[in-house]
Amino acid sequence: MTRPLVWHVFVVLVLLVLLYPVIWLVSTSFKPAEEVLSGLALLPKAPTTDNYTQVFGGVGGFSVWHYLGNSLLVSVGAVLGNVISCSLAAYAFARLHFRGRGPMFGFMMGTIMLPQHVVLIPQYVIFQKLGMVDTFWPLVLPKFLATDAFFVFLMVQFIRGLPRELDEAATLDGCGPVGTFRHVVLPLLRPALVTTAIFTFIWTWNDFFSQVVYLNDPSRFTLPLALQIFVDQSTQSAYGPMFAMSVLALVPIGLFFLAFQRLLVEGAATSGLKG
Amino acid sequence: MRRTQGAAYLFLSPWIIGATLLTVGPMLASLYLSLTDYDLFDPPKWIGLDNYRVMFTEDDRFWAAVGTTVRYVLFSVPLKLVLALAVALLLNRPRRGGGLYRSAFYAPSLLGASVSLALVWRAMFASGGTVDRVLAAVGITTGGWVDQPQYALLALVALAAWQFGAPMVIFLAGLKQIPRELYEAAAIDGAGPLRRLVSVTLPMLSPVILFNLVLETIHAFQAFTGAFVVSSGRGGPSDSTLLYTLYLYQRGFTDFRMGYASAMAWVLLVVVAGVTVLLFRGARGLVFYAGEGR
Repeated sequence: MTRPLVWHVFVVLVLLVLLYPVIWLVSTSFKPAEEVLSGLALLPKAPTTDNYTQVFGGVGGFSVWHYLGNSLLVSVGAVLGNVISCSLAAYAFARLHFRGRGPMFGFMMGTIMLPQHVVLIPQYVIFQKLGMVDTFWPLVLPKFLATDAFFVFLMVQFIRGLPRELDEAATLDGCGPVGTFRHVVLPLLRPALVTTAIFTFIWTWNDFFSQVVYLNDPSRFTLPLALQIFVDQSTQSAYGPMFAMSVLALVPIGLFFLAFQRLLVEGAATSGLKG
Repeated sequence: MRRTQGAAYLFLSPWIIGATLLTVGPMLASLYLSLTDYDLFDPPKWIGLDNYRVMFTEDDRFWAAVGTTVRYVLFSVPLKLVLALAVALLLNRPRRGGGLYRSAFYAPSLLGASVSLALVWRAMFASGGTVDRVLAAVGITTGGWVDQPQYALLALVALAAWQFGAPMVIFLAGLKQIPRELYEAAAIDGAGPLRRLVSVTLPMLSPVILFNLVLETIHAFQAFTGAFVVSSGRGGPSDSTLLYTLYLYQRGFTDFRMGYASAMAWVLLVVVAGVTVLLFRGARGLVFYAGEGR
């Protein structure tokens, strides 16, 4: 057994190396243009908020708040969709009897492993025919239809762990399935709902693939898209503002992480969430 | 019973609509489209297996993408899992602040999937970037990784491996399940730390290792963001970062070859399913399930 002090020092050193890119990103966002790529020094010699001023002044014709708002709209929509639709489906799978339950459940589990690329193009065609390309609907609507099977499974597992006696008591008290769901299952399901909400938010916020596929009009760009476009349009001298914008894009994830880190880590450990 | 049956379908209705309209329907449609020439604007034209034939026999970029992706999976997954296991072993002792460290090591798993960190990678691994300077300081000159075909993919592998936090917390949960008596018995038998790792920890952890391996492999086959951002969507230099999904995206949404992209998607599905089955098969006899009494 190594001595605790040695262990702590070692772990902190490893952690510093590991988190170097994040620390570097934050510190670089406060460096003046000529310092950005000119050295390894972490701390800016002449810290400045110019990069942020420039970003808040507008990128690609819109203010950063505009992109932040778009990202927020998509992410919050996705969270609502997943929390509502996945909990409904999970309750049916976990507690109700109906014809075709076995095969349907098997199919639902199968879709967890399904690469999204297999359904991507027909889905795109559907949304295109509906005139929804270049709107947020393709990013949000599927969530209201419980397409994130992973969270359905997570909640099924959780509901199976709840004592059945509670359901039976509710039935004796005259509750039907809807009443039991509302008054018994939903309140007890809260931890699973919170886990779902947080992971859905972070994944949607980070999700670049669907957004780059469905959004073409700069006025609809989410923050990751705006960031990517900004980079391709600018020269080396714009590195500072680019990093400032990168930091802004990470702020919500950082806040969620600080607020829910225990829950995030446990959620990942118990269910294999990919993070 | 009748009442619950009706209620069940009511509860399930969003899922049923989604599964039908957004999964089953599109799967069938994409299988059909993969046998057509389709540009989104004109009706699909039936061409049979031509997309697959062209893909396998004429399309050099397809094979470049396959090669790049296979290399990416083969390097990034083992590296990520070894890091995850190493850090899990390091953190798996009751020490003050253990939970805090665990969270800190998990953080890259959430941050690394973002465009922001992909941009950081691009800057750090560019010519004159941090990595270039550090390597130059110890006498290795590479001239930046992301601009050079032979190194660019390594930068992406590093970005993937950096996000080892998710498998790490799964390993930690697995390590907690191993009974202490096994270690005590091994210690009495005179087993040193390495012996205990090989004879106790790894066998007891093998189901978790398999779980992580399968999950990360499936995940790695579908990597996209890092490659797109680092190469500005092009997969360069010289297709060295042209991951499979990036090429699929280019064919479908840059060239509007939707039929071809659909065919690529089906090849991906078959390969991912095949690799998953192979991993489970290959693991038979290597994975030890406690209580199975072998």
